[in-house]
Amino acid sequence: MLGSGFKEETLKRAMALKPDFIGADSGSTDPGPHHLGSEETQFSDAAYKRDLRLMILAAREAKIPVIVGSACTAGTDAQLERLCNIARDIAREDKLNFKLAAIHSEQDRGYLKQKLREGRIKPLANAPHLDDAVIDRSAHIVGMCGIEPYIEALNNGAEVIIAGRSSDTSIFSAMPVMKGINPATVWHAAKILECGAACVVMRKYPDCMFATVSDDSFTIEPPNPDYRCDPASVASHNLYENATPYELIEPSGVCNMFNARYEAVSDRAVRVSGSTFKKADRYTIKLEGAELAGYQSLVIGSVRDPVILRQFDGWMEGLIKAAKDRIAAVMGADIESKYRLDVRVFGKNAAMGSLEPETKIGHELGLLFQITAESQKLATSLARSVGHIAVHYPVPEWTGLITGIAFCYSPAEIDRGPCYRFNLNHVVEPASPLEMFKIEYENVK
Amino acid sequence: MKLWQITKLIRSKNAGAFELTFDVIFKDRAGYEKVRDAKLINADWFGKTFRLKPDAVTIINYDAANAIKITIPRPIISGDIMDTDVFGGQQYGPLVELDVPE
Repeated sequence: MLGSGFKEETLKRAMALKPDFIGADSGSTDPGPHHLGSEETQFSDAAYKRDLRLMILAAREAKIPVIVGSACTAGTDAQLERLCNIARDIAREDKLNFKLAAIHSEQDRGYLKQKLREGRIKPLANAPHLDDAVIDRSAHIVGMCGIEPYIEALNNGAEVIIAGRSSDTSIFSAMPVMKGINPATVWHAAKILECGAACVVMRKYPDCMFATVSDDSFTIEPPNPDYRCDPASVASHNLYENATPYELIEPSGVCNMFNARYEAVSDRAVRVSGSTFKKADRYTIKLEGAELAGYQSLVIGSVRDPVILRQFDGWMEGLIKAAKDRIAAVMGADIESKYRLDVRVFGKNAAMGSLEPETKIGHELGLLFQITAESQKLATSLARSVGHIAVHYPVPEWTGLITGIAFCYSPAEIDRGPCYRFNLNHVVEPASPLEMFKIEYENVK
Repeated sequence: MKLWQITKLIRSKNAGAFELTFDVIFKDRAGYEKVRDAKLINADWFGKTFRLKPDAVTIINYDAANAIKITIPRPIISGDIMDTDVFGGQQYGPLVELDVPE
């Protein structure tokens, strides 16, 4: 992933194999809704620049295109512009000229409401409710583009293509499909390539990957001599962050990998064949949206007293009630609907929450009180009250004032700022594959 | 014997922000076929463990990688207020300790 790094030496070795293009994915929904809601980026500008610079330098020398999708994590317009600015800086500093294409994926609310009225937006698995109000309160909504905007840009002579949100595989499928290679092998190869070196037997650090694609098969071989692929490692990559290892659902159709064969070509290269591609009846674009869920403040602490720990659940229940009573006494009873107080207990069920089947606890527990409110000012002031009530909340065995929580910070409360939630898991049917994705061109020098 | 002893990888991960997927990748064909054919990982057990109706659990045997994949709706959308695991990466604990008859 752009910004997570690769070895410069590996890129050099890959370039010696004379690729037709260099691609990289620059985003994901993995780190959660924050980056789509706030437009902050998962990696620093310096990290993006390091990777993009090496890619552009290699590509300009070889006269091949660079294709980057899902700019700066979520692919909003501001994040696209941020990555384009980095490309402009690289051009200036390294005295390069190239034609830059910027593919916009942020969506117009009026357009989406129209599509919703026409019944052309459909829910995917486990999708939340969608109506005009959801569209209105979204901070940002992006569409995940397919190969067609990239092909359009390539046909218009773009040498560096940066897209907003994109399907990972479209980045790597666009050029080979444009050249007329069998889409079945192309899409399957793209799925194996999209996480770089993730498909090797033992990935020690992020790095580049190389595929050679033809109509009946593709061959995957790591350009880094320290790495090797085997049939199981390549087949296993189909499992990764995908609901099924047999299907790849893309805007223009479905790549079916049920009958794929994985054969070792050498002790480090694998040939893959046998996938099929079925064109979709309707072209669809997946939507991603994020809305403000509130503002948060946190209080972090730990409990070590064996007397408290042996009655932990009851003690915590009483503590939460005391904190809520205190908040109502200070702020008035109507405060109840304006905030929520939750606690996460590390050492008990912080990773799995209410689904945790294990009931044993150890010699200490970590506590994270989380206050969510409609403004940061309110969240902060409530956190102060909660921290104070919590730290001195009694147990019947001890007489006198106790201090039952170890705070590791002064002040105990930490402001987390605005928090977002994903609010769309839907697909829309555009009139054409390019309709939702405006492309801007610029001669950068 | 526990499931971790015959696997090379057990992991969980988001499949998008609304679904959670689990991969159980076995060390060899024999271990995979034993667990697959005995249906040790089944929708009833998985549904009970993750408090879901069995029909919400999808289980896929993947012969090409000696792997079993399980996909469920995410209990809470990734990153929402009370989500505990934004990447979905630490939800596989109960699978690790699953008993496999000798």
